[in-house]
Amino acid sequence: MPIQVLMPALSPTMTEGNLAKWLKSEGDSVSSGDVIAEIETDKATMEVEAVDEGTLGKILVAEGSEDVAVNTPIALILGDGESAGDLDDAAPAAPAVEDAPASAAAELAAATVELTVREALRDAMAEEMRRDETVFLMGEEVAQYQGAYKVSQGLLEEFGDRRVIDTPITEQGFAGLGVGAAYHGLRPIVEFMTFNFAMQAIDQIINSAAKTLYMSGGQMDVPIVFRGPNGAASRVAAQHSQCYASWYGHCPGLKVVAPYTAADAKGLLKSAVRDPNPVIVLENEMLYGSTFAVPDDDDVTVPIGRAKVVREGGDVTITAFSLMVGRALEAAEMLSAEGIEAEVIDLRTIRPLDIYTIVESVKHTNRIVSVEEGWPFAGIGSEIGMRIMEEAFDHLDAPVVRVTGEDVPMPYAANLEKLAVPQADRIAEAAKRTLYRS
Amino acid sequence: MARKPATKSSRTSSRSAAKGRAPRKKSTAAKKPAKAALGNNRLLDFYHEMLLIRRFEEKAGQMYGMGLIGGFCHLYIGQEAVVVGMQASLNEQDAVITTYRDHGHMLACGMDPKGVMAELTGREGGYSRGKGGSMHMFSKEKNFYGGHGIVGAHVPLGTGIAFSQKYKGDGGLCLTYLGDGAVNQGQVYESFNMAALWDLPVVYIIENNRYGMGTSVERASAEPDLMNRGQAHGIPGRQVDGMDVVQVFEAGQDAIAHVRAGKGPFILEMQTYRYRGHSMSDPAKYRTKEEVRKMRTEKDPIETLKDVLLEQSAADEDALKAMDRNIREQINMAADFAQDSPEPDPSELYTDVLIEA
Repeated sequence: MPIQVLMPALSPTMTEGNLAKWLKSEGDSVSSGDVIAEIETDKATMEVEAVDEGTLGKILVAEGSEDVAVNTPIALILGDGESAGDLDDAAPAAPAVEDAPASAAAELAAATVELTVREALRDAMAEEMRRDETVFLMGEEVAQYQGAYKVSQGLLEEFGDRRVIDTPITEQGFAGLGVGAAYHGLRPIVEFMTFNFAMQAIDQIINSAAKTLYMSGGQMDVPIVFRGPNGAASRVAAQHSQCYASWYGHCPGLKVVAPYTAADAKGLLKSAVRDPNPVIVLENEMLYGSTFAVPDDDDVTVPIGRAKVVREGGDVTITAFSLMVGRALEAAEMLSAEGIEAEVIDLRTIRPLDIYTIVESVKHTNRIVSVEEGWPFAGIGSEIGMRIMEEAFDHLDAPVVRVTGEDVPMPYAANLEKLAVPQADRIAEAAKRTLYRS
Repeated sequence: MARKPATKSSRTSSRSAAKGRAPRKKSTAAKKPAKAALGNNRLLDFYHEMLLIRRFEEKAGQMYGMGLIGGFCHLYIGQEAVVVGMQASLNEQDAVITTYRDHGHMLACGMDPKGVMAELTGREGGYSRGKGGSMHMFSKEKNFYGGHGIVGAHVPLGTGIAFSQKYKGDGGLCLTYLGDGAVNQGQVYESFNMAALWDLPVVYIIENNRYGMGTSVERASAEPDLMNRGQAHGIPGRQVDGMDVVQVFEAGQDAIAHVRAGKGPFILEMQTYRYRGHSMSDPAKYRTKEEVRKMRTEKDPIETLKDVLLEQSAADEDALKAMDRNIREQINMAADFAQDSPEPDPSELYTDVLIEA
């Protein structure tokens, strides 16, 4: 039977890509290791090699095809003794496409466009750079490579290498350099390839950026944005899978946002760039490719410090941020099937925390579950639990419950990784515990 | 431990020839100050500036002893020639950033001794309104960007200021002072790399006072000729007698000309000495009293220049004494101000954390 060549995944989070070019034609003989095609994603271009020997019997996906799902058969290779007549036996399997997370209800009545989180972040930077000459982007691979996760795609072409700057791999150095530039009146956007690498630079973020306004008696403003993907991606193990929300949220002098939707990613990043203070923008790699409705208007921003009720319900409040909002919404649907209506709050901003919105919700649900991907000790859930004690104790009908990442370094094995981060069923279970229905 | 003998005869390290920018400069070998080109007025200005810093620091030391200044207090006594000689070559748009041994730099930038001293006492009248202290003071007006307490961390910051100056094309440069201890921090080399890569207008001035806290340069640095620390990045370096303000000034002129010509960063290693301990609480047992005495009597930057002034009849003893009296009076006024200024209002605890939009 002919051998199927499947659309490969270039990374654990890739779901589809474009078939850019065929380098072999039907009828050509191929050996193992021959490059037969080029595929591209929003992140990278890669060559597809044949893994078997034979003849390229049929090309199933023409070059130039876009959005080809991973694992779709793209060609058939005929082995020894096989002929074109054998091709019919190998019917292409149906492509498996994951459902994109549901779009959040549009915040504004304004006209919207469908954008991925990745595009929304890029648009936010481009718009702010057009608006203000002092805004520039620097980081590893942000310019010529177009962004390690293709977030900065097209920015070099529009703004040139004066304002879109590839740095060496030198996090502490370029984070500090960005802070110095902010001292002197520029508005840097410093991209970390991931926030895991920003641990190298955290002294500059805290000691040089966050504390300087205070230490200077209000003289030195530090208008800088540190952004990049935060939290676990997929199968990249302990050193590349950590949530920093509580680390940065701990520090006075910083603002910290962690959007879920594309609209919030865009609006919050725009607010961050315009903010006169250092702002940490915690993105999530798993969300970059997710599509949401985004207001079609360059002037729309999302205010820092405001949470948003993304699902109304009267039985239990669930707070979450970033990727976990999707899991919380999933859990809410599971609960709804059992007659429990959860109110889901997307925190959007970690610091300053919108405790008002949370308390208002608890006043009518009388129960709350906090969800986060990070570790439990001194996490965001600890803070929410304490604040609810302080500000809404009399409204509680059950103890505050938190669902967090497990208290271990992130394991690599797929099953263990899944166990280590909050899943919808665990969230639903936790919500039922607050209703004494577990 | 035996050290390899110093074999270099030149006191200048330079960019690799491949980059085609090697300045082949040799510093003067003469022991005597190179004074020919400088007029008496400039020398008198140097003398005044250095004496102002010396008297300020002496007063700060006294006030620390009286319990009026808290925490850490790192005095600049002995090193005055470095900052005074460098600052004289700056233009209005140039910036300065330094470590926590920063009082002298602030005075040399033209900041008011009252505001500096009141910050040392933690009072409302201080440059940071009492919230920064000795190590954390700033003056945007005077282009002074701190005063930083983490060894080496301000080197990327100074490099970033230079980045901004180039980005804006304002013609400015940034003098980034660091100590012999900071040169072993990794981020210093991250900064050197980017500054050279992007030809940023920055002069790195390594104030080699021989001891990073209690550890001598020889015990901390595999390459104790710190001017060579930019070689891996093609940054030219020069060793300078940092106890001689005129030699500092001349080296500064050359380095600044190099940077202003768009040739990228330059490293100056100023060989200097601090007479006091690392901070006020340092008993300085890592060096002999004789070593300190010898530097004070033979190399003191202020006494050396005084001899020159008298020799050239730029001023007589009486005039210099009168200058000293004026300075002491100015410093006493600063000390009074620093004690009379009230402590910050308790409501200040929560101000300046964030700028409210």
